[in-house]
Amino acid sequence: MKNSKKITKPLLILSAIILPLTLLFPLWKIELTAPQYPEGLVMKIWLYKLSGDIEIINGLNHYIGMGAIHEKDFPEFMVLPYAVIALSIFGLLAAFLKASKWTHAYTISFMIFGIIAIADFWRWEYAYGHNLDPAAPINVPGMTYQPPLLGYKQLLNFGAFSIPDIAGWLFFLSAGLAILASAHLIRKGEW
Amino acid sequence: MNKKTIGGVAAIILGTTAMTFYINGCRPKTTMTSQSGDAASKVYVAPGQHDEFYNFVSGGFNGQMSVYGLPSGRLFRIIPVFTVDPTSGYGYSEETKPMLNTSHGFVPWDDLHHPTISMTDGIQDGRWVFGNGNNTPRVARIDLKTFRTAEIIELPNSAGNHSSPFLTENTEYVVAGTRFSVPVGGNTDVPINTYKDNFKGHLSFISVDPKSGALDIAFQLELPGVNFDLAHGGKGPSHDWMFFSCYNTEKAYTLLEVNASQKDKDFIFAVNWKKAEEMAKAGKGVKKKVRYAHNVYDELTHTATSTIKEEVLVIEQKDLKEVVYLIPCPKSPHGCDVDPTGEYIVGSGKLAALLPVFSFKKIQEAIAKKDFEAEYDGLSVIKYESALHGVVEKPGLGPLHTEFDDKGNAYTSFFVSSEIVKWRVSDLQVIDRVPTYYSIGHLCVPGGASKKPWGKYVIAYNKITKDRYLPTGPELTQSAQLYSIDGEKMQLLLDFPTTGEPHYAEAIPADLVAKNSLKIYKIEENNHPYVTRGEKDARVVREGNKIHVYMTCIRSHFAPDNIEGVKLGDEVYFHVTNLEQDWDIPHGFAIKGANTAELLIMPGETQTLKWKPENAGVVPFYCTDFCSALHQEMQGYIRISPAGSNVPLSATLDNKEASTN
Repeated sequence: MKNSKKITKPLLILSAIILPLTLLFPLWKIELTAPQYPEGLVMKIWLYKLSGDIEIINGLNHYIGMGAIHEKDFPEFMVLPYAVIALSIFGLLAAFLKASKWTHAYTISFMIFGIIAIADFWRWEYAYGHNLDPAAPINVPGMTYQPPLLGYKQLLNFGAFSIPDIAGWLFFLSAGLAILASAHLIRKGEW
Repeated sequence: MNKKTIGGVAAIILGTTAMTFYINGCRPKTTMTSQSGDAASKVYVAPGQHDEFYNFVSGGFNGQMSVYGLPSGRLFRIIPVFTVDPTSGYGYSEETKPMLNTSHGFVPWDDLHHPTISMTDGIQDGRWVFGNGNNTPRVARIDLKTFRTAEIIELPNSAGNHSSPFLTENTEYVVAGTRFSVPVGGNTDVPINTYKDNFKGHLSFISVDPKSGALDIAFQLELPGVNFDLAHGGKGPSHDWMFFSCYNTEKAYTLLEVNASQKDKDFIFAVNWKKAEEMAKAGKGVKKKVRYAHNVYDELTHTATSTIKEEVLVIEQKDLKEVVYLIPCPKSPHGCDVDPTGEYIVGSGKLAALLPVFSFKKIQEAIAKKDFEAEYDGLSVIKYESALHGVVEKPGLGPLHTEFDDKGNAYTSFFVSSEIVKWRVSDLQVIDRVPTYYSIGHLCVPGGASKKPWGKYVIAYNKITKDRYLPTGPELTQSAQLYSIDGEKMQLLLDFPTTGEPHYAEAIPADLVAKNSLKIYKIEENNHPYVTRGEKDARVVREGNKIHVYMTCIRSHFAPDNIEGVKLGDEVYFHVTNLEQDWDIPHGFAIKGANTAELLIMPGETQTLKWKPENAGVVPFYCTDFCSALHQEMQGYIRISPAGSNVPLSATLDNKEASTN
């Protein structure tokens, strides 16, 4: 047990320390390109705000009747920073507490957090992409215009490219470290 | 940490990085300009060589028309049409002021959209080019002998002349469809929300005299309160017909962006103008009291006259049931273009996902069989499927306009997807597509709207240039792009900036125009009431407080060049005649402090600048057009004395008296 802790402790500390750093960078970005936007447009999603060309994107979206995107419409922005801090504290606790179940609890809650976050992101994309105003000047075929969760998708004249940003990658890194810690314990038969 | 753990951490970092690259790899490369190495040689017109085509390009909000050469994209001239030009004195000289007169008085600007070259039997003849005033509804005729605006006619019962100045096949008529429907008749002070009851859209048919080009509103058609957008004339079998696209069949009067985009289909109005003409001749129209200006420039007196006319013949909607038929066309059609055979009509629904092509033959059959799907304000709506030849599937996004080449192909501009798409008229198959930089509006193939397209190039007229040129602050240049259409694939050859915002443009083989280009005005034919045919006739005449200076200019002096005896309170009219009879020797006339303009006077021409002196003293004038080695010496003085002074009126050159009265 002691031996395992030697390995998992630094992993968990590193994982927990990385987490607050995600507040300093955007989490995800959706890049848009179109013939008349050779320089591209971008929307960056942070844990607590949006940045980028939101107003220009809203201006374009109104043609197809997509609702305008406003920060205040996302209650997640109020909660997420605290959730991440809490997760980070949890990670530190797991690093210093002896029982290996803490490590597993940390890893599992991290994964649940991640799954919920991604599902929530998809849900918002779905909501914006499927509630198009039928009275809009342009009726999109099928009345859906949902941006991709990850990767590239052509939407009318816009190419939309969705990809994690720095904070997103930091999350993967942090989660990876937590998983590694749990995996190590499991291999040693420490459930 | 053991090696394995370090390995694990490294794997995670590597994996994360690899993911980034992998996902980035999924995205397509941005559109790159792909012109091949020989593009430059295809647009290079060597110094001293001439271009192959003239390109008459609308200036949009600058109210003017510009003349470019193709394939070089070189700008030759900007022809003042609806907008004053202080450089030449257009709209400022006494002779040209009446050109811009309207029922609203002097309107010194407009918004010119659609240059259209006159045709004989459906083929460009290069005699005139017409332009529309989209704001204060007007149509102008520019004479291609002189490249000057020869005539402007205002349109009553109209507001915003967008659907204009398209021609019937033999230039019998130039049409003008109102973009705004408006209340007409006696009381037009009505609530805006009574739009459906009180607002009407009118189509004007302006006859063109086959010899002189003189314009006259032959008749107007009173139609429902829609917004007419564009039009094109039939040709060959469809000779007797004119096709007008429209939007806002919803009859919205607010937030049209949404409210005029509700119906799945609007209409193309198919108008049998021959039948309307017969009705007008048979007296079936109603003479309505209106006010509009008709301005004509006389080339011999070098002077325009403006006449206010007070009557127009209107054929009422109730009488048009067998003249006008409506063809349903998806989503607020913009362009309405007829192919060279006259059989196919392409309707470009700005928001449509496909491009419908209608068949004239089928339209005729549907009319004969009364194959109608509905009535709209008492007009028959032909069944969509019955009029349809077929559709171009998935052509692009935001179709706007179509032109044709000489090989049976059509070229359609797509604003939203910013591209030109080439498709075959016979089987409606897409053959090629090229990006435009950026947001193309109109496009032009030389002769591409006529019965005989000359082919060779397609030119894109773009709304946005962004990064294509050196930046010039927030306001950037507008531009055109030239593509070769000789091969199966279109090939981008050249970007060239344009003045103003280009809307439509037409191009014509240079030899059809160049051979008629006037070199000088003959002085012996100059019938200007204030002409001075030689220096011996130069003089100053006082008529009350009006001083008429009969002035000549020839390299390198004015006659007279010293004028005295003008008093404060006088109005001075400089009637300047250019005595030169040699090609390309204009003179300028500019006087210090003139709060109007200068003049540019062509050889053999007379132009008048009215000037009201404001202070006593000596005021210089000089020639602004570099005319000769001693151009700088071409100058003079006018002395202004106080109101009560007794300085005698005199006009001299080299201290020799010219005659004074």
